Amino acid sequence: MATAKTDKPVNNGVNVDALFGAQEALKNAPEAAKFKWRATVEWINGTHSRSTVEGFYGLGAEQKHKSKFAFDADHPEVFAAEDRAATPVEIVLAGLASCLTAGVAAVAQARKIQLRSVSATLEAGMDIRGILGVDEDVRNGFDGIKVTYKIDADASPDDIKAIVAQSQKRSAVYDIITNPTNVTVEVA
Amino acid sequence: MRTAAVVIGAGQAGLAMSWWLARRSIDHVVLERGEIANTWRTERWDALTLLTPNWQSRLPGQGYEGDDPDGFRTLGETIAFIERYAKAVSAPLRTHCPVASVGRTVDGYEVVAGQGTWHCKAVVLATGAFNIAHVPKLSEAVPPGITQLTTVQYRNPESLEAGGALVVGAAASGAQIADEIHRSGRPVTLAVGEHVRAPRMYRGRDIYWWVDATGLNDERYDEVENLNRARSLPSFQLAGYADRRNVDLNALTSLGVKLVGRLAGIRDGKAQFSGSLRNLCELADLKQNRLLNTIDEWAAEHGLSDAVDPPHRPEPTRVEASPPLGLDFGRGGIRTIVWATGFRPDYSWLDVPVLDRKGNIRHDGGVVTEAPGLYVLGLPFLRRRKSTLIDGVGDDARDLSAHLASHLGARSAGVGAAAAGA
Repeated sequence: MATAKTDKPVNNGVNVDALFGAQEALKNAPEAAKFKWRATVEWINGTHSRSTVEGFYGLGAEQKHKSKFAFDADHPEVFAAEDRAATPVEIVLAGLASCLTAGVAAVAQARKIQLRSVSATLEAGMDIRGILGVDEDVRNGFDGIKVTYKIDADASPDDIKAIVAQSQKRSAVYDIITNPTNVTVEVA
Repeated sequence: MRTAAVVIGAGQAGLAMSWWLARRSIDHVVLERGEIANTWRTERWDALTLLTPNWQSRLPGQGYEGDDPDGFRTLGETIAFIERYAKAVSAPLRTHCPVASVGRTVDGYEVVAGQGTWHCKAVVLATGAFNIAHVPKLSEAVPPGITQLTTVQYRNPESLEAGGALVVGAAASGAQIADEIHRSGRPVTLAVGEHVRAPRMYRGRDIYWWVDATGLNDERYDEVENLNRARSLPSFQLAGYADRRNVDLNALTSLGVKLVGRLAGIRDGKAQFSGSLRNLCELADLKQNRLLNTIDEWAAEHGLSDAVDPPHRPEPTRVEASPPLGLDFGRGGIRTIVWATGFRPDYSWLDVPVLDRKGNIRHDGGVVTEAPGLYVLGLPFLRRRKSTLIDGVGDDARDLSAHLASHLGARSAGVGAAAAGA
């Protein structure tokens, strides 16, 4: 069991009481737990596009972010593009990084462990013969992702490892990447 | 027919309850669909042994009397042991008496069974937690020509076709079955989901000796931190073989078993495995070390540190750098799939609305509070961590029989009071 090494109140900025409350409430209201996440995208020029997110559905009603968020994406010059923004695959890495790190904070809070600093580097391998269609045996996507965390916290090395492991166990993006998902793309 | 209580199921749980009811002079009958210890007899594989050492198979009024207290009972020995217990208890038993329905009446319950209908004030469901082998829906996409077996149908490696086998699930059943199939010369691929790792022996003692001595086995359902989690935890990845060998993932890998991630999908004749294997192994290694830390602390507190072997930590689970994410059943030579993906209880005959959305019975430590007089026994962490062990059901039966006795007492008192008021 992870135990607090300090008597000071632990504050990682995560309201775990609210999360535990939701856990209890949703046990008996599975319909409210069903969310729909949405994004839209507009092509700008070349490989440059802009995606936006604003509305989503959850807790039985339409919900809205406080403001509209936009994410530009492009490809680097070595891909003969103009490099106006991050590559989509980098945005995937950023999504995984943010999801796991949010999980680290939440799990640490639940286990009453004070975090002082959390950082991680992510690296994903890719053989671009896949996307270029050079070799049909090479997949388009990553051949693996390596995430390396550096965490300073009031806890033993094993307790810190356990936080990171639990964060993966409960991460949506980790699940999306490690398991197959049906994707339907249509033209309206 | 009328009786005070009907106990359904004559395995260790039903018989332990019968022992306690007899001791409390409560008139009852034990109904059994087949023979005594029917699940052990008809729904388990040949080489199954108990996970707990012989000395730990304690039932009310019966300890271990043999000459191999540290051994592990085979399936046949377990059946014989439960039969002997039934005789010792002289339970009022009706075998070959399957229950068709249990329903409420104005003053209790009506149990319709093969040999008649009983009216009673209390019913104890002792049919166990492990009735229906759960098979995930994705099994429907398994290509034809591959034999699929559940742990209920599987008997032994020799009855399988020659060729490879995919074992899905790495709790005690999956690990044991993977071990024996691979040893039979049929190469095994093991799809590993969440699992609980434990060494058979630690510091020279059996792991169950430690779990018993430290009081972990007696931890109560109303004291444990996360009861839902505790109730859904897979079994220890253990076997009770005479050579006391481990069947953890490192032991299986050393044999040549191929580890892959959780079976996540089947598409175009190919299995898809989750990329989460490394994390699930890390979680299990960390959890095992927390258990061993608890044991070490307890040993130190109780002055045992020098009396037992020095502590050690098992090698972390070896996971190859890039475990395969897919398997072509045809090219991979897979002839058999064994689904070791857990069990569900069967309450299809229970006409009392006390099941949750997932078909599990709602209860408070075995007391079905929504249906006074209804009890359930033998479920994971029912009242204690040891509730599903043979060694654990006796304490639960004692507690629940006390509650049942007071229910019968309260009822007659209540009826009396009502009569007096009328």
